[in-house]
Amino acid sequence: MINAVKREIPEYIEGYGKVKPFMGAYANYGEVTRTSIKLKSVKPGENKILSSIKEALLKCDIKDGMTVSFHHHLRNGDYVLNMVLEEIAKLGVKDITVAASSIFPCHAPMVEHIKNGVVTKIYTNYMSGPVAEAVSKGLLKYPAIMHTHGGRARAIESGDLHIDIAFIAAPTCDTYGNINGVEGKSACGSLGYAIPDAMYADKVVAVTDNLVDYPACPIEISQEYVDYIVKVDEIGDPKGIVSGTTRITKDPVGLKIAKLAAQLIDESGLLKDGFSFQTGAGGTSLAVAAYVKDIMKRKNIKGSFAAGGITGYIVEMFEEGLFRVLFDVQCFDLKAVESYKNNRAHQGMSASMYGNPHNKGAVVNNLDVMILGATEIDTDFNVNVTTGSNGVIMGGSGGHSDTAAGSKLSIVVTQLTKARLPIIVDSVTTVTTPGETIDAVVTERGIAINPRRTDLLEKLKDSNLPLYSIEELKAMAEKLTGVPEKIEFEDKIVAVVEYRDGSVIDVLRQVR
Amino acid sequence: MRIKKPAKAGTMESNDIYIMVYPNENGNEIQLDSIVLKQFGKQIEKVIMDTLKELEVENALVVAKDRGALDYTIKARVETAVKRAIE
Repeated sequence: MINAVKREIPEYIEGYGKVKPFMGAYANYGEVTRTSIKLKSVKPGENKILSSIKEALLKCDIKDGMTVSFHHHLRNGDYVLNMVLEEIAKLGVKDITVAASSIFPCHAPMVEHIKNGVVTKIYTNYMSGPVAEAVSKGLLKYPAIMHTHGGRARAIESGDLHIDIAFIAAPTCDTYGNINGVEGKSACGSLGYAIPDAMYADKVVAVTDNLVDYPACPIEISQEYVDYIVKVDEIGDPKGIVSGTTRITKDPVGLKIAKLAAQLIDESGLLKDGFSFQTGAGGTSLAVAAYVKDIMKRKNIKGSFAAGGITGYIVEMFEEGLFRVLFDVQCFDLKAVESYKNNRAHQGMSASMYGNPHNKGAVVNNLDVMILGATEIDTDFNVNVTTGSNGVIMGGSGGHSDTAAGSKLSIVVTQLTKARLPIIVDSVTTVTTPGETIDAVVTERGIAINPRRTDLLEKLKDSNLPLYSIEELKAMAEKLTGVPEKIEFEDKIVAVVEYRDGSVIDVLRQVR
Repeated sequence: MRIKKPAKAGTMESNDIYIMVYPNENGNEIQLDSIVLKQFGKQIEKVIMDTLKELEVENALVVAKDRGALDYTIKARVETAVKRAIE
Protein backbone atom coordinates (compact mmCIF):
# COMPACT_ATOMS: atom_id res chain seq x y z
CA MET A 1 0.00 0.00 0.00
CA ILE A 2 1.01 3.63 -0.49
CA ASN A 3 1.07 5.85 2.61
CA ALA A 4 0.53 9.61 2.87
CA VAL A 5 4.15 10.41 1.97
CA LYS A 6 3.87 8.22 -1.16
CA ARG A 7 5.95 5.36 0.19
CA GLU A 8 5.20 1.79 -0.84
CA ILE A 9 4.79 -0.09 2.45
CA PRO A 10 3.90 -3.78 2.85
CA GLU A 11 0.66 -4.49 4.75
CA TYR A 12 2.47 -7.02 6.91
CA ILE A 13 6.16 -7.11 7.78
CA GLU A 14 7.69 -10.36 9.02
CA GLY A 15 9.04 -9.82 12.51
CA TYR A 16 7.13 -6.53 12.90
CA GLY A 17 3.52 -7.43 12.28
CA LYS A 18 0.57 -5.67 10.68
CA VAL A 19 1.38 -2.20 9.40
CA LYS A 20 -0.63 0.90 10.24
CA PRO A 21 0.21 3.20 7.32
CA PHE A 22 1.10 6.84 7.93
CA MET A 23 -2.03 8.88 7.15
CA GLY A 24 -0.80 12.39 7.83
CA ALA A 25 0.90 14.17 10.71
CA TYR A 26 -2.32 15.13 12.48
CA ALA A 27 -4.51 12.14 11.59
CA ASN A 28 -4.37 10.26 14.87
CA TYR A 29 -5.27 12.60 17.70
CA GLY A 30 -8.20 11.90 19.99
CA GLU A 31 -9.09 9.27 22.54
CA VAL A 32 -6.32 6.87 23.49
CA THR A 33 -5.77 4.32 26.24
CA ARG A 34 -2.77 3.93 28.46
CA THR A 35 -1.65 0.47 29.47
CA SER A 36 -1.88 -0.83 32.99
CA ILE A 37 1.26 -1.56 34.97
CA LYS A 38 2.18 -4.71 36.82
CA LEU A 39 4.45 -4.26 39.83
CA LYS A 40 5.58 -5.98 42.98
CA SER A 41 4.90 -3.76 46.00
CA VAL A 42 7.59 -3.27 48.61
CA LYS A 43 6.85 -3.76 52.29
CA PRO A 44 8.71 -2.05 55.17
CA GLY A 45 12.12 -3.50 55.87
CA GLU A 46 12.84 -4.84 52.38
CA ASN A 47 16.25 -4.12 50.89
CA LYS A 48 16.57 -2.93 47.27
CA ILE A 49 20.35 -3.04 47.00
CA LEU A 50 21.83 -5.97 45.08
CA SER A 51 25.48 -6.90 44.64
CA SER A 52 25.71 -7.16 40.85
CA ILE A 53 23.94 -6.76 37.54
CA LYS A 54 23.84 -10.54 37.32
CA GLU A 55 21.96 -10.74 40.61
CA ALA A 56 19.54 -8.07 39.38
CA LEU A 57 18.90 -10.02 36.17
CA LEU A 58 18.20 -13.18 38.16
CA LYS A 59 15.93 -11.32 40.61
CA CYS A 60 14.01 -9.94 37.62
CA ASP A 61 13.64 -13.48 36.21
CA ILE A 62 15.42 -12.65 32.96
CA LYS A 63 14.49 -15.13 30.25
CA ASP A 64 14.50 -15.67 26.51
CA GLY A 65 12.42 -13.18 24.54
CA MET A 66 12.34 -10.40 27.13
CA THR A 67 12.59 -6.68 26.42
CA VAL A 68 15.21 -4.66 28.29
CA SER A 69 15.36 -0.88 28.03
CA PHE A 70 18.01 1.82 28.32
CA HIS A 71 18.16 5.60 28.06
CA HIS A 72 20.87 7.62 26.38
CA HIS A 73 21.77 10.52 28.68
CA LEU A 74 25.29 9.12 29.00
CA ARG A 75 25.45 9.29 25.21
CA ASN A 76 28.69 8.04 23.67
CA GLY A 77 30.17 7.49 27.13
CA ASP A 78 27.56 4.96 28.31
CA TYR A 79 28.79 1.73 29.93
CA VAL A 80 25.47 0.43 31.28
CA LEU A 81 23.99 -1.06 28.10
CA ASN A 82 27.18 -3.01 27.36
CA MET A 83 27.51 -4.22 30.96
CA VAL A 84 23.94 -5.50 31.05
CA LEU A 85 24.05 -7.24 27.66
CA GLU A 86 27.32 -8.92 28.57
CA GLU A 87 25.73 -10.40 31.71
CA ILE A 88 22.64 -11.46 29.78
CA ALA A 89 24.87 -13.20 27.22
CA LYS A 90 26.84 -14.94 29.99
CA LEU A 91 23.60 -16.29 31.44
CA GLY A 92 22.89 -17.92 28.08
CA VAL A 93 19.69 -15.93 27.51
CA LYS A 94 18.65 -15.44 23.86
CA ASP A 95 16.18 -13.47 21.73
CA ILE A 96 16.41 -10.27 23.75
CA THR A 97 14.75 -7.08 22.50
CA VAL A 98 16.82 -3.99 23.27
CA ALA A 99 14.72 -0.84 23.64
CA ALA A 100 17.37 1.89 23.89
CA SER A 101 16.32 5.49 23.38
CA SER A 102 19.53 5.94 21.34
CA ILE A 103 22.48 3.76 20.32
CA PHE A 104 25.96 5.21 19.83
CA PRO A 105 29.37 4.01 18.56
CA CYS A 106 30.31 3.07 22.16
CA HIS A 107 27.71 0.31 21.95
CA ALA A 108 29.76 -1.63 19.37
CA PRO A 109 29.89 -4.79 21.55
CA MET A 110 26.17 -5.22 20.82
CA VAL A 111 27.10 -6.29 17.27
CA GLU A 112 28.48 -9.60 18.61
CA HIS A 113 25.28 -10.16 20.62
CA ILE A 114 23.30 -9.55 17.42
CA LYS A 115 25.42 -12.05 15.51
CA ASN A 116 25.05 -14.79 18.11
CA GLY A 117 21.31 -14.35 18.66
CA VAL A 118 21.35 -12.80 22.13
CA VAL A 119 19.81 -9.63 20.68
CA THR A 120 17.27 -10.19 17.92
CA LYS A 121 15.20 -6.99 17.95
CA ILE A 122 15.91 -3.32 18.58
CA TYR A 123 13.72 -0.32 19.31
CA THR A 124 15.51 3.01 19.14
CA ASN A 125 15.04 6.67 18.24
CA TYR A 126 18.52 7.19 16.88
CA MET A 127 21.49 4.99 16.11
CA SER A 128 24.94 5.59 14.69
CA GLY A 129 28.12 3.57 14.51
CA PRO A 130 28.74 -0.19 14.31
CA VAL A 131 25.27 -1.27 15.52
CA ALA A 132 23.57 0.95 12.93
CA GLU A 133 25.84 -0.47 10.22
CA ALA A 134 25.12 -4.03 11.34
CA VAL A 135 21.37 -3.36 11.14
CA SER A 136 21.74 -1.84 7.65
CA LYS A 137 23.65 -4.94 6.54
CA GLY A 138 20.75 -7.12 7.66
CA LEU A 139 22.47 -8.85 10.59
CA LEU A 140 19.61 -8.32 13.07
CA LYS A 141 17.06 -11.15 13.02
CA TYR A 142 13.95 -8.93 13.04
CA PRO A 143 13.56 -5.41 11.63
CA ALA A 144 14.69 -2.64 13.97
CA ILE A 145 11.92 -0.20 14.91
CA MET A 146 12.86 3.47 14.77
CA HIS A 147 10.78 5.81 16.93
CA THR A 148 10.79 9.52 17.59
CA HIS A 149 11.52 10.72 21.13
CA GLY A 150 7.85 11.53 21.69
CA GLY A 151 6.76 8.42 19.79
CA ARG A 152 8.81 6.19 22.08
CA ALA A 153 7.06 7.66 25.11
CA ARG A 154 3.72 7.10 23.37
CA ALA A 155 4.60 3.50 22.52
CA ILE A 156 5.59 2.78 26.13
CA GLU A 157 2.52 4.46 27.62
CA SER A 158 0.11 2.79 25.20
CA GLY A 159 1.63 -0.65 25.71
CA ASP A 160 2.83 -0.94 22.09
CA LEU A 161 6.31 -1.23 23.57
CA HIS A 162 6.20 -3.36 26.70
CA ILE A 163 9.40 -3.25 28.77
CA ASP A 164 10.17 -6.19 31.03
CA ILE A 165 13.22 -4.68 32.71
CA ALA A 166 14.31 -1.03 32.51
CA PHE A 167 17.91 -0.24 33.41
CA ILE A 168 18.35 3.32 34.57
CA ALA A 169 21.88 4.67 34.39
CA ALA A 170 21.82 6.77 37.55
CA PRO A 171 24.55 9.38 38.17
CA THR A 172 23.24 9.52 41.74
CA CYS A 173 20.91 7.08 43.50
CA ASP A 174 20.06 6.70 47.16
CA THR A 175 19.62 3.41 49.01
CA TYR A 176 15.88 3.35 48.34
CA GLY A 177 15.98 4.20 44.62
CA ASN A 178 15.63 7.96 44.38
CA ILE A 179 17.63 9.08 41.35
CA ASN A 180 19.04 12.32 40.03
CA GLY A 181 21.41 13.24 37.21
CA VAL A 182 23.01 16.34 38.68
CA GLU A 183 25.38 14.90 41.31
CA GLY A 184 28.22 12.40 41.07
CA LYS A 185 31.18 11.93 38.75
CA SER A 186 28.89 10.87 35.88
CA ALA A 187 26.49 13.81 36.23
CA CYS A 188 24.63 14.30 32.97
CA GLY A 189 21.76 16.59 34.00
CA SER A 190 18.14 15.92 33.05
CA LEU A 191 17.02 12.26 32.84
CA GLY A 192 13.91 13.01 30.76
CA TYR A 193 14.12 10.07 28.37
CA ALA A 194 14.30 7.53 31.22
CA ILE A 195 11.04 8.60 32.84
CA PRO A 196 8.55 6.59 30.72
CA ASP A 197 10.76 3.52 31.15
CA ALA A 198 10.81 3.96 34.94
CA MET A 199 7.04 4.47 35.09
CA TYR A 200 5.92 1.64 32.79
CA ALA A 201 8.48 -1.19 32.93
CA ASP A 202 7.58 -4.31 34.94
CA LYS A 203 10.91 -4.11 36.73
CA VAL A 204 13.22 -1.13 37.15
CA VAL A 205 16.89 -1.47 38.04
CA ALA A 206 18.96 1.59 38.90
CA VAL A 207 22.63 1.19 38.05
CA THR A 208 24.73 3.80 39.80
CA ASP A 209 28.32 4.78 40.52
CA ASN A 210 27.27 7.21 43.23
CA LEU A 211 25.18 5.44 45.86
CA VAL A 212 24.23 7.97 48.55
CA ASP A 213 22.43 7.88 51.87
CA TYR A 214 18.65 8.11 51.83
CA PRO A 215 17.15 10.45 50.76
CA ALA A 216 18.83 11.92 47.71
CA CYS A 217 18.09 15.50 46.74
CA PRO A 218 16.92 16.50 44.22
CA ILE A 219 14.79 13.55 43.08
CA GLU A 220 14.14 13.22 39.35
CA ILE A 221 13.02 9.58 39.31
CA SER A 222 11.46 8.51 42.56
CA GLN A 223 11.70 5.43 44.77
CA GLU A 224 8.12 4.47 43.97
CA TYR A 225 9.29 3.21 40.54
CA VAL A 226 12.57 1.48 41.40
CA ASP A 227 12.77 -2.24 42.28
CA TYR A 228 16.50 -2.76 42.65
CA ILE A 229 19.73 -0.81 42.92
CA VAL A 230 23.15 -2.00 41.76
CA LYS A 231 26.35 -0.14 42.54
CA VAL A 232 29.11 -0.36 39.93
CA ASP A 233 32.51 1.36 39.66
CA GLU A 234 31.60 3.48 36.66
CA ILE A 235 28.37 3.93 34.69
CA GLY A 236 30.14 5.85 31.94
CA ASP A 237 33.12 7.73 30.63
CA PRO A 238 32.66 11.41 31.52
CA LYS A 239 34.48 12.43 28.32
CA GLY A 240 31.76 10.81 26.21
CA ILE A 241 28.84 11.82 28.40
CA VAL A 242 28.87 15.56 27.90
CA SER A 243 31.06 17.64 25.68
CA GLY A 244 32.97 20.39 27.48
CA THR A 245 31.37 23.05 25.36
CA THR A 246 29.19 23.06 22.30
CA ARG A 247 30.39 25.63 19.82
CA ILE A 248 28.93 27.91 17.24
CA THR A 249 30.22 27.19 13.75
CA LYS A 250 33.04 29.33 12.36
CA ASP A 251 32.39 28.12 8.83
CA PRO A 252 31.33 31.12 6.72
CA VAL A 253 28.77 29.04 4.82
CA GLY A 254 27.19 27.89 8.10
CA LEU A 255 27.12 31.47 9.36
CA LYS A 256 25.47 32.68 6.15
CA ILE A 257 22.76 30.05 6.51
CA ALA A 258 22.27 30.95 10.17
CA LYS A 259 21.97 34.64 9.42
CA LEU A 260 19.35 34.02 6.73
CA ALA A 261 17.41 31.74 9.08
CA ALA A 262 17.40 34.41 11.80
CA GLN A 263 16.15 37.00 9.29
CA LEU A 264 13.39 34.62 8.26
CA ILE A 265 12.38 34.14 11.91
CA ASP A 266 12.35 37.90 12.38
CA GLU A 267 10.19 38.51 9.30
CA SER A 268 7.81 35.64 10.18
CA GLY A 269 6.29 37.83 12.87
CA LEU A 270 6.88 35.21 15.59
CA LEU A 271 9.85 36.99 17.14
CA LYS A 272 8.09 39.06 19.77
CA ASP A 273 7.57 38.98 23.54
CA GLY A 274 6.67 35.44 24.62
CA PHE A 275 8.75 33.92 21.81
CA SER A 276 9.63 30.21 22.24
CA PHE A 277 12.48 28.50 20.50
CA GLN A 278 14.35 25.23 20.11
CA THR A 279 17.48 24.33 18.26
CA GLY A 280 19.77 21.33 18.07
CA ALA A 281 23.39 21.32 19.22
CA GLY A 282 24.90 21.43 15.72
CA GLY A 283 27.22 24.32 14.90
CA THR A 284 24.89 25.94 12.35
CA SER A 285 21.81 25.54 14.57
CA LEU A 286 23.65 27.22 17.44
CA ALA A 287 24.70 30.03 15.11
CA VAL A 288 21.00 30.65 14.40
CA ALA A 289 20.53 31.05 18.15
CA ALA A 290 23.38 33.58 18.19
CA TYR A 291 21.78 35.72 15.47
CA VAL A 292 18.33 35.39 17.08
CA LYS A 293 19.91 36.51 20.35
CA ASP A 294 21.25 39.67 18.66
CA ILE A 295 17.82 40.52 17.28
CA MET A 296 16.12 39.84 20.64
CA LYS A 297 18.56 42.12 22.45
CA ARG A 298 18.35 44.85 19.84
CA LYS A 299 14.55 44.84 19.90
CA ASN A 300 14.34 44.17 23.64
CA ILE A 301 12.26 41.01 23.19
CA LYS A 302 11.64 38.75 26.19
CA GLY A 303 10.99 35.15 25.20
CA SER A 304 8.95 32.64 27.18
CA PHE A 305 10.95 29.42 26.88
CA ALA A 306 13.63 27.49 25.06
CA ALA A 307 13.37 23.71 25.00
CA GLY A 308 15.03 20.50 24.04
CA GLY A 309 18.40 19.12 24.58
CA ILE A 310 19.82 22.22 26.24
CA THR A 311 23.27 23.61 25.39
CA GLY A 312 25.46 26.14 27.17
CA TYR A 313 24.62 28.69 24.53
CA ILE A 314 20.89 28.50 25.27
CA VAL A 315 21.74 28.73 28.99
CA GLU A 316 23.58 32.00 28.29
CA MET A 317 20.50 33.41 26.56
CA PHE A 318 18.41 32.32 29.54
CA GLU A 319 20.84 33.89 32.02
CA GLU A 320 20.72 37.14 30.07
CA GLY A 321 16.96 37.15 30.55
CA LEU A 322 16.02 36.40 26.94
CA PHE A 323 13.97 33.38 28.04
CA ARG A 324 12.01 33.04 31.27
CA VAL A 325 12.13 29.22 31.43
CA LEU A 326 14.15 26.35 29.97
CA PHE A 327 12.56 22.93 29.38
CA ASP A 328 15.24 20.27 29.40
CA VAL A 329 14.96 16.61 28.45
CA GLN A 330 18.73 16.12 28.11
CA CYS A 331 21.76 18.32 28.82
CA PHE A 332 24.31 18.53 26.02
CA ASP A 333 27.23 20.10 27.85
CA LEU A 334 28.62 20.83 31.31
CA LYS A 335 27.28 24.35 31.39
CA ALA A 336 23.78 23.01 30.80
CA VAL A 337 24.24 20.43 33.59
CA GLU A 338 25.40 23.16 35.96
CA SER A 339 22.46 25.40 35.10
CA TYR A 340 19.95 22.54 35.39
CA LYS A 341 21.31 21.85 38.84
CA ASN A 342 21.21 25.46 40.07
CA ASN A 343 18.40 27.33 38.29
CA ARG A 344 14.83 26.68 39.36
CA ALA A 345 13.49 27.95 36.06
CA HIS A 346 15.68 25.47 34.17
CA GLN A 347 13.10 22.70 34.42
CA GLY A 348 13.31 19.05 33.53
CA MET A 349 10.75 17.40 31.29
CA SER A 350 10.05 13.76 30.50
CA ALA A 351 10.15 12.40 26.95
CA SER A 352 6.35 12.29 27.08
CA MET A 353 5.96 15.88 28.22
CA TYR A 354 8.45 16.86 25.51
CA GLY A 355 6.93 15.27 22.44
CA ASN A 356 4.31 12.55 22.98
CA PRO A 357 1.37 13.23 20.61
CA HIS A 358 -0.96 11.09 22.75
CA ASN A 359 -0.91 12.93 26.06
CA LYS A 360 -2.83 16.04 27.05
CA GLY A 361 -0.46 18.34 25.21
CA ALA A 362 3.32 18.13 24.74
CA VAL A 363 5.80 21.01 25.06
CA VAL A 364 6.49 20.88 21.31
CA ASN A 365 2.89 22.05 20.77
CA ASN A 366 3.84 25.39 22.34
CA LEU A 367 6.98 25.96 20.30
CA ASP A 368 7.06 28.95 17.99
CA VAL A 369 10.25 28.21 16.07
CA MET A 370 12.23 25.00 15.66
CA ILE A 371 15.60 24.81 13.90
CA LEU A 372 16.24 21.40 12.32
CA GLY A 373 18.96 19.66 10.35
CA ALA A 374 18.65 17.36 7.33
CA THR A 375 20.70 14.76 5.49
CA GLU A 376 18.34 15.08 2.55
CA ILE A 377 15.16 17.00 1.86
CA ASP A 378 12.95 16.41 -1.14
CA THR A 379 10.78 18.61 -3.27
CA ASP A 380 7.77 17.58 -1.12
CA PHE A 381 9.77 18.89 1.90
CA ASN A 382 10.07 15.39 3.37
CA VAL A 383 13.25 15.18 5.45
CA ASN A 384 15.67 12.31 5.95
CA VAL A 385 17.82 12.30 9.07
CA THR A 386 17.83 8.50 9.38
CA THR A 387 20.06 7.24 6.56
CA GLY A 388 23.19 8.67 4.99
CA SER A 389 23.53 9.23 1.26
CA ASN A 390 24.94 5.69 0.98
CA GLY A 391 21.73 4.25 2.45
CA VAL A 392 23.30 3.18 5.75
CA ILE A 393 21.57 4.13 9.02
CA MET A 394 23.42 7.04 10.65
CA GLY A 395 20.85 8.65 12.88
CA GLY A 396 17.12 8.78 13.32
CA SER A 397 14.38 11.19 14.19
CA GLY A 398 15.14 11.82 17.83
CA GLY A 399 12.93 14.86 18.40
CA HIS A 400 12.98 15.92 14.73
CA SER A 401 9.46 14.80 13.79
CA ASP A 402 7.98 15.77 17.16
CA THR A 403 9.20 19.36 17.06
CA ALA A 404 8.47 19.76 13.35
CA ALA A 405 4.85 18.72 13.97
CA GLY A 406 4.41 20.84 17.08
CA SER A 407 6.10 24.12 16.18
CA LYS A 408 4.50 27.02 14.36
CA LEU A 409 7.56 27.49 12.15
CA SER A 410 9.94 24.60 11.53
CA ILE A 411 13.05 25.59 9.62
CA VAL A 412 15.53 23.16 8.12
CA VAL A 413 19.00 24.70 7.91
CA THR A 414 21.45 22.97 5.57
CA GLN A 415 24.18 23.58 3.07
CA LEU A 416 22.92 23.26 -0.49
CA THR A 417 25.57 20.59 -1.16
CA LYS A 418 27.72 18.51 1.15
CA ALA A 419 30.84 16.88 -0.27
CA ARG A 420 29.40 16.94 -3.79
CA LEU A 421 26.03 15.57 -2.75
CA PRO A 422 23.03 17.77 -3.44
CA ILE A 423 20.95 17.87 -0.25
CA ILE A 424 17.70 18.72 -2.04
CA VAL A 425 16.54 15.73 -4.05
CA ASP A 426 13.44 14.48 -5.88
CA SER A 427 12.74 11.84 -3.29
CA VAL A 428 14.60 11.28 -0.01
CA THR A 429 16.17 7.86 0.65
CA THR A 430 14.17 7.56 3.89
CA VAL A 431 11.28 9.72 5.07
CA THR A 432 11.93 10.55 8.72
CA THR A 433 9.77 13.68 8.98
CA PRO A 434 6.83 14.37 6.65
CA GLY A 435 6.98 17.48 4.46
CA GLU A 436 3.62 18.76 5.68
CA THR A 437 5.33 19.60 9.00
CA ILE A 438 8.35 21.38 7.47
CA ASP A 439 7.76 25.05 6.75
CA ALA A 440 11.02 26.32 5.28
CA VAL A 441 14.46 25.27 4.08
CA VAL A 442 17.31 27.73 4.45
CA THR A 443 20.53 27.21 2.46
CA GLU A 444 23.49 29.49 1.78
CA ARG A 445 22.09 30.28 -1.66
CA GLY A 446 18.48 30.87 -0.81
CA ILE A 447 15.33 29.98 1.09
CA ALA A 448 12.41 27.82 0.00
CA ILE A 449 9.06 28.15 1.79
CA ASN A 450 6.71 25.18 1.78
CA PRO A 451 3.92 26.14 -0.67
CA ARG A 452 1.40 24.78 1.88
CA ARG A 453 2.30 27.80 4.03
CA THR A 454 0.40 30.35 1.96
CA ASP A 455 0.12 32.56 5.07
CA LEU A 456 3.89 32.72 5.41
CA LEU A 457 4.40 33.33 1.69
CA GLU A 458 1.89 36.19 1.90
CA LYS A 459 3.75 37.66 4.86
CA LEU A 460 7.05 37.48 2.98
CA LYS A 461 5.80 38.79 -0.35
CA ASP A 462 7.63 42.12 -0.04
CA SER A 463 10.65 40.61 1.71
CA ASN A 464 14.23 41.10 0.57
CA LEU A 465 15.03 37.52 1.56
CA PRO A 466 16.37 35.37 -1.31
CA LEU A 467 13.20 33.29 -1.81
CA TYR A 468 13.10 30.48 -4.39
CA SER A 469 10.99 27.45 -5.02
CA ILE A 470 12.48 24.23 -3.70
CA GLU A 471 12.79 23.02 -7.30
CA GLU A 472 14.93 26.07 -8.10
CA LEU A 473 17.21 25.34 -5.14
CA LYS A 474 17.49 21.73 -6.26
CA ALA A 475 18.45 22.82 -9.78
CA MET A 476 21.10 25.19 -8.38
CA ALA A 477 22.68 22.34 -6.46
CA GLU A 478 22.60 19.89 -9.32
CA LYS A 479 24.22 22.43 -11.63
CA LEU A 480 27.24 22.35 -9.31
CA THR A 481 27.35 18.66 -8.48
CA GLY A 482 25.65 16.78 -11.31
CA VAL A 483 22.82 14.35 -10.67
CA PRO A 484 23.81 11.51 -8.33
CA GLU A 485 23.10 7.92 -9.29
CA LYS A 486 20.42 6.18 -7.23
CA ILE A 487 21.55 3.94 -4.39
CA GLU A 488 20.38 0.36 -4.78
CA PHE A 489 19.09 -1.81 -1.99
CA GLU A 490 18.31 -5.49 -1.41
CA ASP A 491 14.66 -6.47 -0.83
CA LYS A 492 15.01 -7.39 2.85
CA ILE A 493 13.46 -4.87 5.26
CA VAL A 494 15.99 -4.12 8.00
CA ALA A 495 14.16 -1.35 9.85
CA VAL A 496 10.69 0.15 10.16
CA VAL A 497 10.40 3.90 10.68
CA GLU A 498 7.41 4.70 12.87
CA TYR A 499 5.98 8.19 12.92
CA ARG A 500 5.27 9.63 16.37
CA ASP A 501 1.72 8.25 16.36
CA GLY A 502 2.94 4.68 15.74
CA SER A 503 2.01 4.55 12.04
CA VAL A 504 4.64 3.46 9.54
CA ILE A 505 6.09 6.34 7.54
CA ASP A 506 8.82 4.37 5.79
CA VAL A 507 10.84 1.16 5.77
CA LEU A 508 14.59 0.71 5.34
CA ARG A 509 16.03 -2.04 3.22
CA GLN A 510 19.34 -3.85 3.42
CA VAL A 511 22.25 -2.02 1.80
CA ARG A 512 24.20 -3.61 -1.06
CA MET B 1 52.47 13.19 -23.47
CA ARG B 2 54.47 10.56 -21.65
CA ILE B 3 54.39 10.13 -17.90
CA LYS B 4 58.04 10.03 -16.86
CA LYS B 5 57.86 9.93 -13.08
CA PRO B 6 55.31 9.70 -10.26
CA ALA B 7 53.69 13.02 -9.35
CA LYS B 8 50.82 14.22 -7.25
CA ALA B 9 48.38 17.10 -6.84
CA GLY B 10 45.52 17.97 -4.52
CA THR B 11 44.80 17.34 -0.85
CA MET B 12 42.67 15.08 1.31
CA GLU B 13 40.55 18.05 2.43
CA SER B 14 36.78 17.86 2.09
CA ASN B 15 35.61 18.79 -1.42
CA ASP B 16 39.10 18.19 -2.86
CA ILE B 17 40.63 15.19 -4.62
CA TYR B 18 44.15 13.82 -4.13
CA ILE B 19 45.59 12.65 -7.43
CA MET B 20 48.72 10.52 -7.85
CA VAL B 21 49.97 9.77 -11.36
CA TYR B 22 52.41 6.96 -12.16
CA PRO B 23 53.89 5.63 -15.41
CA ASN B 24 51.85 2.63 -16.58
CA GLU B 25 52.57 -0.20 -19.03
CA ASN B 26 49.10 -0.92 -20.40
CA GLY B 27 47.28 2.29 -21.30
CA ASN B 28 45.42 4.49 -18.83
CA GLU B 29 44.14 2.99 -15.61
CA ILE B 30 42.29 4.49 -12.64
CA GLN B 31 42.15 3.35 -9.02
CA LEU B 32 39.43 5.44 -7.45
CA ASP B 33 38.46 5.74 -3.82
CA SER B 34 35.64 8.21 -3.10
CA ILE B 35 33.24 9.11 -0.32
CA VAL B 36 30.59 9.41 -3.04
CA LEU B 37 31.63 6.35 -5.03
CA LYS B 38 28.10 4.97 -5.26
CA GLN B 39 26.59 8.24 -6.47
CA PHE B 40 29.37 9.76 -8.59
CA GLY B 41 32.02 7.03 -9.14
CA LYS B 42 31.35 6.71 -12.87
CA GLN B 43 31.26 10.47 -13.39
CA ILE B 44 34.57 10.97 -11.56
CA GLU B 45 36.24 8.25 -13.64
CA LYS B 46 34.86 9.83 -16.79
CA VAL B 47 36.26 13.27 -15.90
CA ILE B 48 39.67 11.76 -15.14
CA MET B 49 39.70 9.75 -18.40
CA ASP B 50 38.52 12.74 -20.46
CA THR B 51 41.20 14.96 -18.92
CA LEU B 52 43.93 12.41 -19.69
CA LYS B 53 42.65 12.19 -23.24
CA GLU B 54 42.66 15.96 -23.65
CA LEU B 55 46.27 16.04 -22.46
CA GLU B 56 47.10 13.18 -24.84
CA VAL B 57 48.29 10.98 -22.00
CA GLU B 58 48.19 7.30 -22.93
CA ASN B 59 50.18 5.46 -20.28
CA ALA B 60 49.17 6.66 -16.82
CA LEU B 61 48.09 4.95 -13.66
CA VAL B 62 45.95 7.46 -11.76
CA VAL B 63 45.37 6.77 -8.08
CA ALA B 64 42.61 9.11 -6.91
CA LYS B 65 41.36 9.65 -3.38
CA ASP B 66 38.25 11.77 -3.70
CA ARG B 67 36.68 13.73 -0.87
CA GLY B 68 33.68 15.02 -2.77
CA ALA B 69 35.39 17.24 -5.35
CA LEU B 70 33.39 18.90 -8.11
CA ASP B 71 34.25 18.19 -11.76
CA TYR B 72 36.37 21.30 -12.32
CA THR B 73 38.45 20.50 -9.23
CA ILE B 74 39.02 16.96 -10.44
CA LYS B 75 40.05 18.23 -13.88
CA ALA B 76 42.46 20.80 -12.43
CA ARG B 77 44.08 18.32 -10.06
CA VAL B 78 44.59 15.71 -12.81
CA GLU B 79 46.03 18.33 -15.16
CA THR B 80 48.50 19.58 -12.53
CA ALA B 81 49.60 16.09 -11.54
CA VAL B 82 50.17 15.17 -15.19
CA LYS B 83 52.17 18.34 -15.84
CA ARG B 84 54.37 17.53 -12.85
CA ALA B 85 54.79 13.95 -14.06
CA ILE B 86 56.04 14.85 -17.54
CA GLU B 87 58.70 17.34 -16.48
